Amino acid sequence: MNIVDRRLNPKGKSLSNRRRFIKRAREQLTEAVRKASGERSLTDMGGDDKVWIKADRLKEPQIRHSGEHGTRDYVLPGNRQFEEGDRIKRPESQGGGGGSEGSDDGEGQDDFQFALSQEEFLDIFFDDLELPDLLRKQMKSSDSFTPVRAGHAISGTISNLNLKRTMQNSLARRIALKRPHPADIAATEAEIAALLGEDDETVARRAELNVQLETHQRRSRRIAFIDPVDVRYNRFELVPQPVTSAVMFCLMDVSGSMTEHMKDLAKRFYKLLYLFLGRRYKNVEIVFIRHTHQAREVDEETFFMSTDTGGTVVSTAFEEMLRVVAARYPRDQWNIYAAQASDGDNVGMDNARVAMVLKQKILPLCQYFAYIEVREEGGREVTTDLWRTYDQLIKAGQPIAMRKVSTRSEIYPVFRDLFARDRQAQRAGHEP
Amino acid sequence: MNHSTRPQKQDWDFDSLRRSYDAINDIALSELKLDLYPNQIEVITFEQMLDAYSSIGMPLMYRHWSFGKNFARDEIMYRHGLRNLAYEIVINSNPCIAYLMEENSSMMQTLVISHACFGHNHFFKNNNLFKQWTDADGILDYLEFAKGYIARCEERHGEEAVERILDAAHALMPQGVNRYPRRKALNLRDEEKRARERLEEQERNYNELWRSVPAAGARSRPSYSQTERRNLLGLPEENVLYFLEKNAPLLKTWEREVLRIVRQVAQYFYPQKQTKMMNEGCATFVHYYVMNRLHQTGFLDEGAMMEFFQSHTGAVYQPDFDHPGYSGINPYALGFGMMQDIRRVCETPTDEDRAWLPDIAGKGDWVEVLKDGWANHRDESFIRQFMSPELMRKMKFFDLHDDSKSDLVVKAIHNERGYHMVRTNLANQFDVVQNEPEIEVIDVDLDGDRRLMLQHRVYHGILAKEKDTAMVLRHMADLWGYEVTLTEVAADTDVVLKTHSAAPSRGLGA
Repeated sequence: MNIVDRRLNPKGKSLSNRRRFIKRAREQLTEAVRKASGERSLTDMGGDDKVWIKADRLKEPQIRHSGEHGTRDYVLPGNRQFEEGDRIKRPESQGGGGGSEGSDDGEGQDDFQFALSQEEFLDIFFDDLELPDLLRKQMKSSDSFTPVRAGHAISGTISNLNLKRTMQNSLARRIALKRPHPADIAATEAEIAALLGEDDETVARRAELNVQLETHQRRSRRIAFIDPVDVRYNRFELVPQPVTSAVMFCLMDVSGSMTEHMKDLAKRFYKLLYLFLGRRYKNVEIVFIRHTHQAREVDEETFFMSTDTGGTVVSTAFEEMLRVVAARYPRDQWNIYAAQASDGDNVGMDNARVAMVLKQKILPLCQYFAYIEVREEGGREVTTDLWRTYDQLIKAGQPIAMRKVSTRSEIYPVFRDLFARDRQAQRAGHEP
Repeated sequence: MNHSTRPQKQDWDFDSLRRSYDAINDIALSELKLDLYPNQIEVITFEQMLDAYSSIGMPLMYRHWSFGKNFARDEIMYRHGLRNLAYEIVINSNPCIAYLMEENSSMMQTLVISHACFGHNHFFKNNNLFKQWTDADGILDYLEFAKGYIARCEERHGEEAVERILDAAHALMPQGVNRYPRRKALNLRDEEKRARERLEEQERNYNELWRSVPAAGARSRPSYSQTERRNLLGLPEENVLYFLEKNAPLLKTWEREVLRIVRQVAQYFYPQKQTKMMNEGCATFVHYYVMNRLHQTGFLDEGAMMEFFQSHTGAVYQPDFDHPGYSGINPYALGFGMMQDIRRVCETPTDEDRAWLPDIAGKGDWVEVLKDGWANHRDESFIRQFMSPELMRKMKFFDLHDDSKSDLVVKAIHNERGYHMVRTNLANQFDVVQNEPEIEVIDVDLDGDRRLMLQHRVYHGILAKEKDTAMVLRHMADLWGYEVTLTEVAADTDVVLKTHSAAPSRGLGA
């Protein structure tokens, strides 16, 4: 009997099966993930996610007996009151009396619950999406270094010893210097041991062999098996890593006309943008700016939860944003993204100013500027002041992405629409 | 519950495993006279257990998405506490490999060792079906080869192409076994060599049957009579995968080899399907006997025994047919019940036992009777041979007749008039051959469109499930390369009840 402890063996032997399975179920998973994103609360999203998928393409069919035809006998345990000849009403659904049926794999598995890791979830979720002008700016170089293999060195730490190279050198040197092979020495020794006679010829031969053996032994003592000159270490160079950082400005109108529903839509959009940026940049910061007739940088809680009263002056938010950028996010070190959500109200006299600030200051600063106009579900189709203002800017060739959203389920399609890969071509040429 | 009265679960260590093993070994060899493969015990974590679970319990398996699906399902069930993992997995190989979970308590490890390393091990080594159909010496080497072969195919021909073949082959797995012996014992170790030789042979030859270019000077190609054709193709053939591997005209050599691999795996597991109840019964009987003896000798204390009874009774619990937890007859319960009953009949038979089981009643030497039963039966014949009225009464078996139309009728219960019928139908219920559709390749339309014709012999009007059958036929048509039809024919009257057919969806060769 033999006991083997396998607990330390590598885990995840079936990971490649899992990968194959996900690939196979990709279509259904994509659908399920998108559906899930509309249903569940934002804080859950991107966590350890369970999704239900249809088992169609995952079915493993086999030819089996149908339960609907023919005559059969079931032998069942646990009879309490039946006597021979008793008749029992057929149970409504088939399978109640199945002896060996119903326990089969592949039976009754219409839906299939499946837990995706966060990585897998987001991978599917953001499939085909691309950030425009990705990774353009670089963080101050002090941040991090990655060791990169750079040939061999004759000095180093023992953990970096390159065994293969060292042994190659050793072998080459031993051959070049004719270090006797242990087998040769052993052979000579054996031959000496075998020479037993005392006649002259044998004695002479023995003396000759002894000399030879001694030479051999001396040589192999002098010529080391591994000499310090053989030893090679792997050499690494520290290469400064460009660390990319992004800051995302969430601008939102919180005046009285913004309802909870509208804020929820905005929040969903911001969350998606945040998750998406998080997958592309190592370091993503968010700045929340809310505004009525005046704007303020706030924390997330305040941003989404509390309402404010007052008029609506959009340009104040832009000014606050400019202030924050100037104070904390130098342009050459940060990729700046801005997403604005509003119901489209603005004080009439502010529109011209909004257009001016956007065009001259904000847009040149940003990698990407998105405007989401949130509306009540089933609300009337009206063109708001803000929409009209932005529309004019877009017509003048300014890079603004804007969409209207009125239901939760629209968020994701709109998001995809904004970041779909082919949009990049459209944006090419903008900004140096 | 007060802590002082509650049996403490003891942790195990490698020394205690060894001590348990030695104690069990003494009893199993001297008292039960078991005949065993050498044992190899491997301790694993629950994650590794899940891994092993998902690839049908084998430590090595080729890659396929369906194993990933099993894993995903098992993992969810396990993490939600809907299902416990098996305490052990044991592999019919030489040496016999048993996986024990590290989470098991010391008592559980003792139980599991006696169950798997002695009970199952003896059954694997001695049961006739396993001897005849499986090659315990070669299986691990073969799976190693299969895994490597399929991985190489994926590299060379792409994952998708391999997946298509595997999907199709898996769909035909139940039709990929030989039910009746016709060859010498298998030797899976030589499979790799044979695979190479087969390839060379096939490259040298081509099949006269598939020649479509007229030979020089000849008329058209010869037209065979039905008998000639059937002889040439070895029809009828119940092993559909075998037939396709040998005869499908468009398959490439590696595709044939993949079919062969799946077929070998199916064949390896076929005895397990047929002996599930006996195999579990044997293991359960052995662990029950051993654990009680270990208690008598003082090796196990009262606390450990309490813990043992709790898990043992859980394993052999048989819910009644109308219990919400009922999911068929529990093979552990029935197997254990029968084996305990056989011991009773041997030792203290009643007059009834003498009348029903004259060969073994009062024989005394129950070890020999059981070992003989384990060696020479499968579930179905074991029930026919050894099921006693006493046990039928105990399990309260009754026979429910279903004609798919009118009310269900109780045809027999556990009384003098019913014993025979209950026993016969219970045995039928455990007969794998009767529970799977009987499908054979019967002919190929060589002169026409090369249609492959299969037949399902229908007993008692039980047809094949339509939707799944259609899907399987599509897979089959993909492998065959041309149209495939399946006719369902009543076994007693030869009347055609239903016909299915499928055309290949896309050329596999493409």
